[in-house]
Amino acid sequence: MSDDAVKIPPAVSGVGGWLDDRFHGARGVRVLMRKVFPDHWSFMLGEIALWSFVILLLTGTYLAFFFVPSMQDVVYHGSYTKFDGLTMSQAYESTLRISFDIRGGLLVRQIHHWAADLFMVAIFAHMLRVFFTGAYRKPREINWLIGVVLITLGMLEGLFGYSLPDDQLSGADLRITEAAFQGIPVLGTYISYFLFGGAYPGTSIVPRMYIIHVLLIPGLILALVAAHLFMMFHQKHTQMPMKGNTEKNVVGQPFWPYFLLKGQAWFFFIFGALAVLATFVQINPIWLYGPYSPLNISSASQPDWYMGFLEGAMRAMPAWEINFLGHTLTLSVLIPFLLPLGLIMTGMALWPFFEQWATGDKSFHHVNDRPRNAPVRTGVGVGAVCFYGILWAEGSNDVIADHFQVPLYTITWIARFAIIIVPIGAYFVTKRICLALQRKDAAIVAHGYESGIIRQMPDGEFVEIHTPASEEELAVLNAKVVPPALPAPGSSRGSDGNGVPAPGSRGLMGWARGVANRAFQETVEAEDGHGGDGHAEIGHGANGHGANGHEVDGGDHAAVGSGSSSGSGSGSGSEGSAHD
Amino acid sequence: MSLNIARRRRPAAGYAAIAGGLVVVGTLYAGLSGGSAASASAPSQASTAVAHGKSLFETSCSSCHGLDAQGTSQAPSLVGAGAAAVDFQMSTGRMPAKEYGAENERKPTHFTQQQIYDIAAYVASLGGGPAIPDAQQVSTKGADTALGQQLFSTNCAQCHGFAGAGGALTYGKSAPSLNVATPRQIYEAMLTGPEAMPVFGDGTITPSEKRDIIALITQTRDEANPGGLSAGRTGPVTEGLVIWLGGLGFLVLIAMWLTAKRKDHAKAEPEQQS
Repeated sequence: MSDDAVKIPPAVSGVGGWLDDRFHGARGVRVLMRKVFPDHWSFMLGEIALWSFVILLLTGTYLAFFFVPSMQDVVYHGSYTKFDGLTMSQAYESTLRISFDIRGGLLVRQIHHWAADLFMVAIFAHMLRVFFTGAYRKPREINWLIGVVLITLGMLEGLFGYSLPDDQLSGADLRITEAAFQGIPVLGTYISYFLFGGAYPGTSIVPRMYIIHVLLIPGLILALVAAHLFMMFHQKHTQMPMKGNTEKNVVGQPFWPYFLLKGQAWFFFIFGALAVLATFVQINPIWLYGPYSPLNISSASQPDWYMGFLEGAMRAMPAWEINFLGHTLTLSVLIPFLLPLGLIMTGMALWPFFEQWATGDKSFHHVNDRPRNAPVRTGVGVGAVCFYGILWAEGSNDVIADHFQVPLYTITWIARFAIIIVPIGAYFVTKRICLALQRKDAAIVAHGYESGIIRQMPDGEFVEIHTPASEEELAVLNAKVVPPALPAPGSSRGSDGNGVPAPGSRGLMGWARGVANRAFQETVEAEDGHGGDGHAEIGHGANGHGANGHEVDGGDHAAVGSGSSSGSGSGSGSEGSAHD
Repeated sequence: MSLNIARRRRPAAGYAAIAGGLVVVGTLYAGLSGGSAASASAPSQASTAVAHGKSLFETSCSSCHGLDAQGTSQAPSLVGAGAAAVDFQMSTGRMPAKEYGAENERKPTHFTQQQIYDIAAYVASLGGGPAIPDAQQVSTKGADTALGQQLFSTNCAQCHGFAGAGGALTYGKSAPSLNVATPRQIYEAMLTGPEAMPVFGDGTITPSEKRDIIALITQTRDEANPGGLSAGRTGPVTEGLVIWLGGLGFLVLIAMWLTAKRKDHAKAEPEQQS
């Protein structure tokens, strides 16, 4: 931690000194420059979203110079001669002009659209990383919630963005959006009329979406991204379990000079990748879709990928409509609109709090879990990914049917059943796989790796030499933290010895909490028998443990193991006071 | 590819004119003769075409459509189907059908154009139905593609897709891609409504509007893709695939490279968590 590790060029120190004499900023800047960033590829995913957002702001500004957000009808006489004489809205006409007549317009438009797709891809990938490693745990729950809001805002921003050009495809999406609003009981028709300024489609929606798309939502996203980053900065990064990584430190590269340069390089790689993609792969060819008319619809009308799961829910839903107390409830729209969002987005928001409730774990966590070491969380996560994925695939059922020559309704029926069966099955299968991987880890910790060397003992016995795991590997393998057991009703733990159940385990909620807690506690115990004499007794002698110095390894492992578990147990307690 | 086909088919336009004439004459003949013995005034060429067509029909089509094209439990009657329907079904290879299925796929035909015309003349001689359009009728010269866009968007896109790439229908049926259909086949399809397709008669879409639609289809499929490789012209599904597999996949590799540990690198420095 010596400060002379940071070498500041004289030019910078001169100007910096001048500024510091006046603003006293050096201390803050030093803290910033010393900021440590863990070196793990999965920690770069969120940064893809950040840089994509910067690219979106830059390219979006360029597009705003030329886009006309108006539904005023004009007759087209531009350079796309196929549409010569066609009546279209100014929004569509100006998008055609950007694509064919403005210098660099098509490239910038395509970069903008690819960047929007990448923005959402990166957000989801980042969210999955944070979820599966448990990086959302205390004290970072608020930042997780900000992330959930950012996903929602990103979806809305994208929806309004691709609806702006007023082409046939975006119009279809807009029509579904209108239907979704109208599906809301009682208020739906009012909301729809307010949004569209009258009957669909009217002439107000494009200018309204425009101001929401370029000002309101980007402003909110910018503010929340700032809050997201500030909190991350203040609370410091989490880190993956590795040798030397503890609950009390962050191991990585300092911001200056390493991470500043890596971040820069990362930005240029992302911009470069998007520019190459935009140059060589066409996206959203609105001139093929044609101008929007509410009368028309095209096959293969899909939204951009991040709205696909809602589209799929709509396609999988049977056409149910009921009359409830004189009000028509269009369940075929209401359920697909609310259920996936409710399950996935609300579920995402509530998960950290549910996990705390179920595990009773109120301690701080700065070292992440390996996904296998949290089987319930990983199982639920994979189940949610399956739920999302099936809806997503069903959203493109007609394209799948056409390309793989499968009957359309067959796909829909498969999706209707799979949406319930597969996530549940995935949960159990994933949990079993996690436990099996834990078992493998425990075996490696206890016995090391098979070396492939067979040795014949003097008495004729054949044994295989096992290579003990290295210190680095053991630090990773031993990083498992099992949540503490909660008092459960009926168990000896739960009662006070007189048959009176512990508080908090009574009633239906107490029972549910007990069930969840027991699921979270399911784990694979570490294999014991590491004392040199222990092996023979348990009957492990046959695989050669006595021969290759396992005693030393075993002792070593015990030290590491106890070190890490005490670090998470007592360490978290002391950290509670150290933090804040 | 489609341009080549158009060029290759150009000599066929001459045959089309002849066949059109044959069909008209054949139809007139059939109407006038009233099923009685051939009148002496009928042109011998037409009667040989019909006779030739009938013999071809009996060997290749009658097992399903019946010996007199009256239809069976397996296939519909062709009386009144017309020459255009025969030319569409046979020149696209859909007939003779490969199997009983939801959809007869386009495949190479084993009949010469002359044989198809002969069978068409025979079916037309059974009475009624639209005739094969001539080269003038399917010419896209001076057609209004802007009107074609509106008509296509309203009448065709919901099955064939916004750019005619084709799409799925219910129960295993599908709307084919329009990328290989010749202008004459497109015209005949509108006229006769093959498979699940509705008939767009001249009262619904006028002959001139049909030419506008054909002009739009041929121009759209022949135009270059500005802005890079087309992702199949089937909308955002392939775009999502590209960004997840290509975009994210590539960037994850770069991220692994950027965060890779170098052996000779300065040792990672811990920062106190507090």
